[in-house]
Amino acid sequence: MSTMDSQTIIARRIAQELRSGMLVNLGIGIPTMVANYVPNDMKVFFQSENGLIGTGPIPEQGMGHRLLTDAGGRPVTALPGACTFDSAMSFGLIRGGHVDVTVLGALQVDAHGLLANWMIPGKMVPGMGGAMDLVTGAKRVIIAMQHTAKGKPKIVTKCTLPLTSDRAVDLVVSELAVIEFAGGHATLLETGPGVSVKQVIAATEAQLAIPDKVPEMRL
Amino acid sequence: MKTVSAADAVALIPNGATLMIGGFMGVGTPERVIDELVRQGKRDLTVIANDTAVPGRGIGKLVDAGLVSRTIASHIGLNPETQKQMIAGKMAVDLVPQGTLIERIRAGGFGLGGVLTPTGVGTIVEEGKQKVQVNGKTYLVETALHAQFALIDAFLADYSGNLSYVLTARNFNPVIAMAADTTIVTAEHIVPVGLIAPDHVVTPAPLVDYVVTN
Repeated sequence: MSTMDSQTIIARRIAQELRSGMLVNLGIGIPTMVANYVPNDMKVFFQSENGLIGTGPIPEQGMGHRLLTDAGGRPVTALPGACTFDSAMSFGLIRGGHVDVTVLGALQVDAHGLLANWMIPGKMVPGMGGAMDLVTGAKRVIIAMQHTAKGKPKIVTKCTLPLTSDRAVDLVVSELAVIEFAGGHATLLETGPGVSVKQVIAATEAQLAIPDKVPEMRL
Repeated sequence: MKTVSAADAVALIPNGATLMIGGFMGVGTPERVIDELVRQGKRDLTVIANDTAVPGRGIGKLVDAGLVSRTIASHIGLNPETQKQMIAGKMAVDLVPQGTLIERIRAGGFGLGGVLTPTGVGTIVEEGKQKVQVNGKTYLVETALHAQFALIDAFLADYSGNLSYVLTARNFNPVIAMAADTTIVTAEHIVPVGLIAPDHVVTPAPLVDYVVTN
């Protein structure tokens, strides 16, 4: 096994999906880490749905502004060329198909790529925030998640938790695998560092299509 | 536009009022008006806002004081007190996708009965809602929202009531300014007319009823 921790594997692999000029929205948690692995010479526009394109890293001590935060209320910086707007514009960008890629976390993804990521009835009801609009409207939806939760597969035959959208996600990246959902079914594209196809199948409840050659992630 | 003290502005708000409140996790929320609502103990409020911030901040202060009986918001996950009151049945919470919430408010302010959105189709959000097909695609009918009062925080307000905002403090503010009977504004700076150039005015003065003096 690689010594790289699973969150770093996921974030680094997803960063490879981004290209210069893309408008990208990152969710909280592992998705936020993706920004750390975008090459310096690549100009990606990161959107914060509270009304900012051009979101930069956490400010240096004493350089923050109380009215400049990300969607979680944490201080951020704005990069050269950044712009701000109201929430109607922000969600017009999201729902209107102007966001090239969104990277979000997941509680469950099913065999067809349908996602549940916003509530556990009776346990966790935080509200969907922008998740439903992002999954419904972004051009490409990439899920960043640990492959299992407490040893149980998160890629399941059918979601038992409330769905986020009727639109399927495009790609799931975990520490064990890259799985694509083109054509309404799950296909194993890559395995994680030091991970066998067998291990991925064992940790996945949903049926996976396995191509003849499944390369390991190049990180 | 009239100028008022925070106390006089809040005195206009009755118990049981429906309030749209600007801000995103407390950024762009009129804290002085919130503090005055708490001081005057205005209760049984319906709050329409993106979120309820965190305890001790912004709308979180109204929740802490037990003044809110109903919330329409997209996210309450960072305020454990809101969740506690919701679970205890002290506060009704309607959770609305963020893009749908802001469009329902926009519709209310723009003279529309509602909007058609694909967001929520095939999820529990569609329960009890009318669905329509337009050009072969399914949309939910999401109805317009109005409020008695919009509580706004701007960066600049000029003497005539024109407003501008900065950074990520704009969020819901200019949209709720359109959707309420009465608009009450706090501003970081109250400045002479002309300092906000006409092209940089975001909320036009005729939408503003009261500016709270600094």
